[in-house]
Amino acid sequence: MLEIAERIVGWSDPGEQVEAVVVHERETEVRAYEGEVESLTVAESRGVGVRIIRDGRQGFAYAGTLDPDALGEVMREARDNLGFATPDEHCSLAEPDGLAPVGMDLYRDALLDLPIDAKVQMALDLERLTLSADGRISGVESAEYSDSVSSSAVATTTGIRSTSRETGCFLSAYALAESDGETQTGFGFSLGRQPGDLDVEAAAAEAAERSTRMLGAVKPPSGRMTVVFDPWVSAQFLGIVGGTLSGEAVQKGRSMFADRLGDDVASPLLTLIDDPTDPAAFTATETDGEGLATRRNVLLANGRLERFVHNSETARRAGTVSTGSAVRGYSSTPGVGVRAVAVVPGDRSPADLVSGIRDGLLIQGVSGLHSGVNAVSGDFSTGAEGIRIRDGELAEPVREFTIASTIQKMLTDVTAIGDDLQWLPMRAAGVTLVIAELTVSGV
Amino acid sequence: MTYAVLETMMVQVIDMTGGEGVMLDPQVLLDTLGVAMATGGEFAEVFVEDRRSTSALLDDSRIEELTSGRDRGAGIRVVVGDTTGFAHTADLSPVGLRAAAGAASAAARSGGSGVRVVALDAVSGPASAVVEILPSDVPKARKVALLDRADDAARSCDGAITQVTARYADSQRRIQIANSDGLLTGDRQIRTLFSVSCVASGDSGLQTGRESVGHTIGFELFDRVDVEDLAGLAAGRALTKLDAVPAPSGQMPVVVGPGGGGVLFHEACGHGLEADLIAKAASVFAGRRGDVVAAPMVSLVDDGTMAGEWGRYAIDDEGRPAQHNVLIRDGVLTDFMWDRLRARREGRESSGNGRRQSYRHLPMVRMTNTYLEAGGDDPAEILAGTEQGVYVAQLGGGQVNTATGDFVFGMTEAYLIEGGRLTAPIRDGNLIGNGPAALLDIDGIAGDFAMGSPGTCGKDGQGVPVGDGTPTLRVAKLTVGGTAA
Repeated sequence: MLEIAERIVGWSDPGEQVEAVVVHERETEVRAYEGEVESLTVAESRGVGVRIIRDGRQGFAYAGTLDPDALGEVMREARDNLGFATPDEHCSLAEPDGLAPVGMDLYRDALLDLPIDAKVQMALDLERLTLSADGRISGVESAEYSDSVSSSAVATTTGIRSTSRETGCFLSAYALAESDGETQTGFGFSLGRQPGDLDVEAAAAEAAERSTRMLGAVKPPSGRMTVVFDPWVSAQFLGIVGGTLSGEAVQKGRSMFADRLGDDVASPLLTLIDDPTDPAAFTATETDGEGLATRRNVLLANGRLERFVHNSETARRAGTVSTGSAVRGYSSTPGVGVRAVAVVPGDRSPADLVSGIRDGLLIQGVSGLHSGVNAVSGDFSTGAEGIRIRDGELAEPVREFTIASTIQKMLTDVTAIGDDLQWLPMRAAGVTLVIAELTVSGV
Repeated sequence: MTYAVLETMMVQVIDMTGGEGVMLDPQVLLDTLGVAMATGGEFAEVFVEDRRSTSALLDDSRIEELTSGRDRGAGIRVVVGDTTGFAHTADLSPVGLRAAAGAASAAARSGGSGVRVVALDAVSGPASAVVEILPSDVPKARKVALLDRADDAARSCDGAITQVTARYADSQRRIQIANSDGLLTGDRQIRTLFSVSCVASGDSGLQTGRESVGHTIGFELFDRVDVEDLAGLAAGRALTKLDAVPAPSGQMPVVVGPGGGGVLFHEACGHGLEADLIAKAASVFAGRRGDVVAAPMVSLVDDGTMAGEWGRYAIDDEGRPAQHNVLIRDGVLTDFMWDRLRARREGRESSGNGRRQSYRHLPMVRMTNTYLEAGGDDPAEILAGTEQGVYVAQLGGGQVNTATGDFVFGMTEAYLIEGGRLTAPIRDGNLIGNGPAALLDIDGIAGDFAMGSPGTCGKDGQGVPVGDGTPTLRVAKLTVGGTAA
């Protein structure tokens, strides 16, 4: 892999900066349905992306293959494309910054050694256990085992040489619960780097619990209410908050936090850290999309906005250094983004937090984040489902309503943080969060 | 019978892909199918794809990048009993294809006997769409020049426009499908897209506006639309929202403008009418064919044959010609949408809705261009008859839980209705409803039909291009998810 990247870099002309990113991924996916294997996919993908910069102009091309003829074509296209870009003094490849990658063990041979039959068995077990978890489970829409073994390499004419490899596996079940002609759904999952990390029983039980507890759900009244986000929900919002702190969004006038560095923008309870070097994060990685070492970045400290994240280009524009936050696949140029955002957890259990709320809602699922969150203005409004909280106890389930506020207000409205930090298959960890007030739109 | 025997069979194949030739030699396809079926199975298929794409991005008044992409490969599936085995490869050599076919066959855990001989029969399917100007024939400089024009036009609207992003994209996708039923067919699909996003800055903070146009045609798109007009629309939306009030909160009548409501139907019932979800009882519409599911003036169609529209194709990704499929006629549920696998189990034909994102993905039931037929009401009267509510001129995306029917969709340009008239613009937010209830609550459909913006529909991690359209319509009761008291 690195050898291919280096070969491409070797084709550079004088005056050119060349960067090659090479990616290789192997995946297996098994879906079980009604005690049979519904589908089994075995796949292998390769790809290459080439960036060429000359006189501040950048050209890019990619191909989903490593065939020798394709490599030459990609090189030619990237070189041709740069002629159409607007010159920019900050446009340049990353330079080695002397920071060594944090050694993490993200690759497990145990996953490679696992026979297909064992993967199939896990998917079948997951479906069976979900079905038998509760008499009201009427079906399992999907029960799936998937894994991936990925490796990538980056080489540049500026001296970057980086490689990384990771394994990951994932179980997910989507349960259907039925009672009195009404159907509700619930999702359960388990994830890890090797099969031994997976907990089939827990994933099945979670899917069953989340679906059955929604049976009999009603539409809640409209009004302003205290809301508790469960970890699955808080992680989705924290990922969006992390996105607003991208140096690119800030420089291009698309972040509501652009002028707020050093200000108190959130509740003093909130300390938010992006740390891709934490091996517990499913999205952990040793190097970023430009081949620089990833690092721990404190974004919010006790509510104060500490920093934005940067790749090498946005860092140069801001007069600072990259935070190792270039994100990309082989088919795109490096963007800027957080990878593994987590809040520092509190010391109270979720049940303890709920017990202190007289009238509120526990939110277990949100929908329409892509259509209902405006990450530029900060307005958000999403579909939601969950459980009503009455006098400190979980009461009736509720559905078909929205919760709305602004990202800015929500951050200052955080009044408590749980002790249940949990890494999820997304760019943020979840933790139970209590938000003092959101607008609930229901009946 | 073995793979070696199959190799001796020869077939004559006619070129049917618009003069560009079949992509792989039929004998290679036949060999590959032979390996796929070597240990038995009911069905095997080779799907070959070659996609070239160009995209150009302007941001912050700079042409940031011009990107060229190439993706080609084959996906091979083998069906044994209820099990589908699938493998894909970017290696289109005979060796690479045989390896993938072997992997797919093993994955299907072939146990049974019944090896069958395959002979490919080239089908003269519908012709690929005729394109006047192939994007690949257009110099890159002309594509990039469109972006600068859009930037200038948006910024000249008003000094409050502080940021503009413009994107040009085109793609040429050639596909070839051969299967063990003997089908051999292909298509060439061209898409051209242009979008503009603006940020306006004012005392109330930042606001955004967007407009996009996309068709299954070539560069002649820009003979028909002015990028300056698109930029003006996007800028206008952002500027209008600087004065926006918080959206209301609670249940109320919602009027959706022409071309704006497609997402509503896509989410409220489109996904719920996909046969794969029906078969798993994961849709509130399962078992309801022949029932009244909507107000009597509702007739809903999914049509993959609409010339030039974003979800148009000659054949689907299983080789089946696209069709005009009536889903709801005068409020009665007439049929679901089908792919090959689900149709085969029901002993019927596919409706031409078997689609996949790429050769790396298994096909499944997907929508194409989904639209509500025009009604007889006057749009002005629908508005005038609404005392208090919300008017949505442009929708964002949406999402649905097909098992419960609950769906959301976003509004990116909307206004308050007070006393039958549009008043203040309102801030972005989602609306939520329940599909079966919302369809019955439709109480006005006008005659001013229009297609909406090009969309990408996501399902099980696969995105495919879709179109939609509606006339002006009113839903008597939906929940608007704003923050106003």
